[in-house]
Amino acid sequence: MKARRLLAIAPAALLAAAAYAAPSWAQNEQFIPHLVYRTGPYAPNGAPFANGIADYYKLINERDGGINGVKITFEECDTGYATDRGVECYERLKGKGPTGASYVIPLSTGITFALTEKAPIDKIPIISMGYGRSESRDGSVFQWNFPLLGTYWTAADILVQHIGQREGGLDKLKGKKIALVYHDSPYGKEPIALLQKRAQMHGFELLLYPVTHPGVEQKATWLQIRQNRPDYVLLWGWGVMNSTAIKEAVAVNYPRDKMYGVWWSGAEPDVRPAEDGAKGYHAITLQHTAGQFKLHEDLKKYVYDKGQGSAKWEDTGEILYVRGLINAVLGVEAIRTAQERFGKKPLTGEQVRWGLENLDLSADRLKQLGFDSEVKPIKVSCEDHEGARTARMQTWDGKNWKISSDWYTGDDKVLLPMVKEAAAKYAAEKKISVGCLMMN
Amino acid sequence: MLYREVGQFKTSYQSDEAIFPIAQDRWFVIALILFAFLGVPLFAGQYLYTELLIPVLILSIAAIGLNILTGYCGQLSLGSGGFMAVGAYAAYNLALRLPETNIVLVFLLAGLMAMLVGLLFGLPSLRIKGFYLAVATLAAQFFLEWAFARVKWFTNYAPSGSVAVGRIELFGFPIDSPGKTYIFVLAFTIVLALAAKNLVRGRIGRMWMAIRDMDIAAEIIGIRPLHAKLSAFAVSSFYIGVAGALWGFLRLGSWEPLAFDVNRSFQVLFMIIIGGLGTILGSFLGAAFIVLVPIFLNQLPSRLGVPLSTAAISNIEFMLFGATIIFFLIVEPRGLARLWAIAKEKLRLWPFPY
Repeated sequence: MKARRLLAIAPAALLAAAAYAAPSWAQNEQFIPHLVYRTGPYAPNGAPFANGIADYYKLINERDGGINGVKITFEECDTGYATDRGVECYERLKGKGPTGASYVIPLSTGITFALTEKAPIDKIPIISMGYGRSESRDGSVFQWNFPLLGTYWTAADILVQHIGQREGGLDKLKGKKIALVYHDSPYGKEPIALLQKRAQMHGFELLLYPVTHPGVEQKATWLQIRQNRPDYVLLWGWGVMNSTAIKEAVAVNYPRDKMYGVWWSGAEPDVRPAEDGAKGYHAITLQHTAGQFKLHEDLKKYVYDKGQGSAKWEDTGEILYVRGLINAVLGVEAIRTAQERFGKKPLTGEQVRWGLENLDLSADRLKQLGFDSEVKPIKVSCEDHEGARTARMQTWDGKNWKISSDWYTGDDKVLLPMVKEAAAKYAAEKKISVGCLMMN
Repeated sequence: MLYREVGQFKTSYQSDEAIFPIAQDRWFVIALILFAFLGVPLFAGQYLYTELLIPVLILSIAAIGLNILTGYCGQLSLGSGGFMAVGAYAAYNLALRLPETNIVLVFLLAGLMAMLVGLLFGLPSLRIKGFYLAVATLAAQFFLEWAFARVKWFTNYAPSGSVAVGRIELFGFPIDSPGKTYIFVLAFTIVLALAAKNLVRGRIGRMWMAIRDMDIAAEIIGIRPLHAKLSAFAVSSFYIGVAGALWGFLRLGSWEPLAFDVNRSFQVLFMIIIGGLGTILGSFLGAAFIVLVPIFLNQLPSRLGVPLSTAAISNIEFMLFGATIIFFLIVEPRGLARLWAIAKEKLRLWPFPY
């Protein structure tokens, strides 16, 4: 009995004994916290993205010796897509490194919402490439949020444009039914506002089908879709919700050709589980395609041949891995841009924010970086934290993703008033001072 | 030797009925409270405040609430997450629509709203017991989660369904730093814990415990089960609602219904089971255990210098956490509070064996 009671205290003693070892940081390093989720229901999609980012940082260190000589250090922290874990990881990592965290990539709209409150106080920019609040495009209100390459309103807008073109003109949408099967979270609810506006403009009926997290229970949703027979279904899911949706569509025999996923619902882990059933499923791209490209030569030489790769070499052409590479290159180039102004040394989050707001990658520069087939030129400014608003469609043919449309651009006549209104409402509610952040 | 109460004579009923009858206990608790208010701010950093202390304190309040219901009154409830959500959204709407209200009043009124909802969902307890009641409260959890996701009025018609609150201020004094938030939450926790301790030591608490131990016998000797069970639900939901409001405003800042899902309910339940059902100290110990151990386990491999992938760390953390819970429950099924009580008992005799 006594030994058992003593044993009870042992784990507590062990935990207390884990000494608070503060690591010593070399002075010439740029720290970037790496929030990932490799566990949980969203891990199949979170892991390749995290691998892409990690591999690009390693490549920059190995091939170039860092950004102008300043090596990148990064530390992973598993958030499991949970908002409170994400905030805990952010708090744990934000002060590390000689100058603190450069920026943070939450890969979760929920965590982005939570960090939007904290980032201005901690002065760490949030790069929410392809997600986050759609109104954070307005940099005069959301000075620390950067929804680079596209927000959900952009995605929904382009999807409607494409469907309109497929029907023969946006006016032909009148009387049609477009269903939105969405993850019942801020992520999934984002496009609703724009779709409702477009529904008003063109006269189509918008049917909304929320799916509760994590999204494995969709039988009722798809039975309703079978009953209502919408002309098109837009899928706004993540993780296992995507693959479940496609499998349910096969089960109720809804033509996958009429399904369009957002760029987070159009990756290999989403379509492979349904096997042949997913053929013909479309998704909007976040500019890039699948497949290895010019950068992979360097990746192989400097990272994978040395055994440092995070993923398997065959998987480095997958959509989410490539997206991770792109997210990393935008962050690294922002740091490089900031270094041109502030000096080739480790920079603070505030300085990196300036770099993000003045990020300007031309077609030539992208070619130099090895990304020219994947990303179009991007120019960020205070008014436009998105930088670019263009995308195209891709289709799954059973084995690969193939581009199936031309480039579309988000229609600012529709988007800009909505962004301005939502941003102004946020500014009024939070009583923040509106204006572009200037740095002396 | 140090802990004996030799020479401590009670000369009045008041001193005999004190919460901490032994002088050493009183001094220890007073010292602890003074340390918490004055000592901790001297050395605590931001991470300690925002990730360790504040979550533990807020969830202690929720654990006290659930302990009153499940530990003292024996009504198993899995609806804690939903009631926390009621508190959080009620506080949000009060702060939004009546912006001049004192923040303390906002939180207390939010607790009151949660109390009313808790009373409503506590009505089934008059008919059903044990696991069936657990299912009924689980229904409450899912219904409330659904209500806050669907009824747009609660979230002020936010397109994303997510609500955000700004900084709060108390009598014009802004509570904007983690240190000030910590003091605010600590004050709330101490006042509410004191109130709960007095409730459970008095007539009402004995009424609850009688219902827990054998409700038919309690009814026979004149305790009205309706009165007892519904008052337990009411007080418990008040505490959980206040905890939910504090969690939303001071811990999260911005939240969606997912922050109060069924996992939150389970978390609070596990806190009181590990900490000790039917004790106030157990609520604190359980909250500290459930909040802090996963964070320590997550950071342990890197502190010890063991290189593991984050996926491995996360998975090991889950497994070790579960194993630790099982271990503690085998060693002492009555929870950490019982271990503490046994330690105190042994200390009374120390250094003598008997």
